Amino acid sequence: MAQSINSGFTPWLKRDLLLAYRRRGEVASPLVFFVMVSTLIPLGLTPESAQLAEIAAGMIWVMALLATLLSVDGLFASDYQDGSLEQLLISPQLLPMPLLGKITAHWLTTGLPLTLVSPLLGLMLSLPAAGYLPMLCSLALGTACLSLTGAVGAALTVSLRKGGLLLSLLVMPMYMPVIIFGSATISYAIDGLNWLPPLAILGALFAASVALCPLAAAGALRITSAN
Amino acid sequence: MSWQWFHRLGSPRWFYQTSTRWLPLLALIAAAVLVSGLVWGLAFAPADAKQGNSFRIIYIHVPASFLALAGYYIMAIAGAVGLIWKMKLSYMVMKSAAPIGAALTFIALFTGAIWGKPTWGAYWVWDARITSMLILLFLYLGVMALQYAYHSIDAASKAGAILALVGTVNIPIIYKSVDWWYTLHQPATIKFTSAPSMHIDMFLPLLVMIVGFYLFYAVALILHTRSEILRRERKTAWVRELVQPNVGEKA
Repeated sequence: MAQSINSGFTPWLKRDLLLAYRRRGEVASPLVFFVMVSTLIPLGLTPESAQLAEIAAGMIWVMALLATLLSVDGLFASDYQDGSLEQLLISPQLLPMPLLGKITAHWLTTGLPLTLVSPLLGLMLSLPAAGYLPMLCSLALGTACLSLTGAVGAALTVSLRKGGLLLSLLVMPMYMPVIIFGSATISYAIDGLNWLPPLAILGALFAASVALCPLAAAGALRITSAN
Repeated sequence: MSWQWFHRLGSPRWFYQTSTRWLPLLALIAAAVLVSGLVWGLAFAPADAKQGNSFRIIYIHVPASFLALAGYYIMAIAGAVGLIWKMKLSYMVMKSAAPIGAALTFIALFTGAIWGKPTWGAYWVWDARITSMLILLFLYLGVMALQYAYHSIDAASKAGAILALVGTVNIPIIYKSVDWWYTLHQPATIKFTSAPSMHIDMFLPLLVMIVGFYLFYAVALILHTRSEILRRERKTAWVRELVQPNVGEKA
């Protein structure tokens, strides 16, 4: 049976986007979380804009990471519950491409909105003006890495009843390089340095994740959903 | 023919029975090497010119850190062997390696903190190596948590193996990025010059301790694997006979 390697990417991307559109409330919650937590920071630390500006870059990245963690749990959950994941597993398609489609849909519905909302948060946390463009670039690339890595964790924990918290434990250590280079991109720009090198490393991390994570997630799904 | 030893490893029973024979000898050697290394390092090695006697903690700290990292690779390789050759025993080794590695990582962090207080004036600083060790501890805890979360032994083993392999790919990336992060934020008050070359009188006991820790690790891993074998194979005839030799005869 001749199968194009590509088969499965677009249908699953469209399907997941449609599902997300029909469950708009669910999709919005990581975004609301992202904005709400940013209110906690001035309350917990200080409302002084000089001090907020110093930590804004790092805090925005920490919050984006946590918001992604909250949402990545649901990547395979509903498919597992309604049985469509099983159908995907027994279909003749190569598994990684449909998974990449699902992950892309996840990024389009969480990572991309987070990126687009981030200037608002930058404003609230008085991020210096030089930081906005690097923040957008690094968040767009970085949240894609987070979605991809998170998919492996979600695949490993999909059949567990309380997988959500465990998922955070599993993928948080893997997220550390992303947050290091993501927040460095912003702080480099604020300090007036060339911020392209850390962004390029983020791009390298993204390239590696695109290549490897769908494979690992496919392997994990075959094991975990058999139970 | 040359692969015979490998195929034999597929049988947990064979491993259990063979290790019963070799374990006492291995444990004896490990204890001898550890005791001689400790006595040599703690009592006879010269005190450091700047740090005095507090440097002697490296005789625990350095070997523990070595094995903490090596242990992750041992765990991941065991997991890979299990995934590739579907070998039950290697999953048991993988499961046993996780808590031992986590304990060694904790020992490395703990002894580092004790050494840090008199030397740097703080129990904890966000140094690159310390941070990497902490992330390594998190990676170990993740593998352990995932294995405990599954009821089915088969799923727990395979999921743990995949996570360990993903972690193996990530460890060099994490180490490099933490290194880079540290050079970016290096605080001015704490300076890490490259370690001055160690005097041979200090280095030899350290070498003995490293060998001793490797031996100790092997003993601990075999012991842990043996109990895991008994637990997983508890329904087989040979384990029943081993635990209650007379029950089988009466029935």
